[in-house]
Amino acid sequence: MKTLKVLKTFRVAWLKMQINIIIFGQLCEILGENLVLNNIADTDSLTTVLNEKYPGLIDSKYLMAVNKKLVTQNTHFTNNATVALLPPFSGG
Amino acid sequence: MDEAISYERYQRQIILKDFGDAGQLKLLQAKVLVIGAGGLGCPALQYLAAAGVGLIGIVDDDLVSLSNLHRQILYSVKDIGSPKAERAADVLRQLNPEIKIIPYAKRLTTQNALSIMDAYDIIIDGTDNFSTRYMINDACVLLNKPLVYGAISQYEGQVSIFNFKKNETDKSVNYRDLFPNPPKENEVLNCAEAGVLGVLSGIIGTMQASETIKLVTGIGKPLVNRLLNYNALNNQLYELELSARQETLSLIPGNKYAFENMDYNWLCSPGENQFEIDSNFFDDLLITGNVDVIDVREPDETPAIKEFAYHQIPLTQLLKNVSMIKSATVVTICQSGNRSLRAAKQLTTIFGATKKVFSLSGGIIQWRQQHAKQLL
Repeated sequence: MKTLKVLKTFRVAWLKMQINIIIFGQLCEILGENLVLNNIADTDSLTTVLNEKYPGLIDSKYLMAVNKKLVTQNTHFTNNATVALLPPFSGG
Repeated sequence: MDEAISYERYQRQIILKDFGDAGQLKLLQAKVLVIGAGGLGCPALQYLAAAGVGLIGIVDDDLVSLSNLHRQILYSVKDIGSPKAERAADVLRQLNPEIKIIPYAKRLTTQNALSIMDAYDIIIDGTDNFSTRYMINDACVLLNKPLVYGAISQYEGQVSIFNFKKNETDKSVNYRDLFPNPPKENEVLNCAEAGVLGVLSGIIGTMQASETIKLVTGIGKPLVNRLLNYNALNNQLYELELSARQETLSLIPGNKYAFENMDYNWLCSPGENQFEIDSNFFDDLLITGNVDVIDVREPDETPAIKEFAYHQIPLTQLLKNVSMIKSATVVTICQSGNRSLRAAKQLTTIFGATKKVFSLSGGIIQWRQQHAKQLL
């Protein structure tokens, strides 16, 4: 019973979970504007969702940062996390 | 430090809290190498020379062209066609004759990078292409030199300091921790394709100079293991904390021999861009007069060229007649730009770094069309 309650709370929290995506450089041409997405658990799932929605991203290079920290492996989101997608620049 | 002269020159920064005589002495003893004397390099060089960095090296194999002047502020119209490294050095010597400046008017390659970079304490990356950026990053890791990185695109720029440890126990981060492998062709546009706001390169290049001065003098909090992104359109700054990736070290050549044999051009497949020039650049070169133009078509091909002086050496005869080519700058031309590209590559293998060889992209046909449009 207690487990069920914990699970239920977790589910409610998960359903409400929102992430804010901020984009830089030429990714703006693919994604348009900064986005708010719901119910995405981690950075790997986010990549999958974005690639489906914006196929132009598949061939784009960018790094991901969650709450201003570079992501180097799959990272779980907390509610209201800010995810930055930043492409490399070559110009000088 | 020559107290009598230098104190007056540097007085406004010496009186700064935390800077003082000690900070100035550190700058005068510092050796900084700026790779790329373009949009980022020019402002960085100007402030570092003014601030009194004792030894400044400048690496750039490019020549000044008119389309550079909106952001490469060390040069003026009379410099068009001149080597950037040497022109920059001349301008900086007039600004501050009390420091030493060494120009390297050559392309940084895996063969010369380690020996050039090894003589300096800090490396500044102001280059405009990924293959050189990855090469510089890897060389800095191999040589254990801090790298002050800056890059721009359109209205945005990035700045960071890689490969620097405050303490032995710290973990340093390098560019491959952000982007382990270079983008493939067409994954990212360069400045020539995407455009760049001139003043943005001034802002980012100046920030690179500022970070370098902070590293040398030990003041403030330099952007070590942090990347700053600046957007000139909305003035937004975004800063992120960097961390090392496990796989990064396996991507970097482990020793001098492996580095020298690494093919960075292939990594990024820059294509033929290092040889090809457009009609505008060609016209700039013609104005300077210090250029040998070579028509590599067969003698009976039309249209014949009347508009400018040239040598006629058909591609098939080219290697037998190289002694006819005297100028340091050479442009090969043909009908559409294919044979001239082959000619430019052949001549580069013969002349190496002693001459700069270009091929007119699109050939005489496109050049004529361009001029016909301008007359309309």
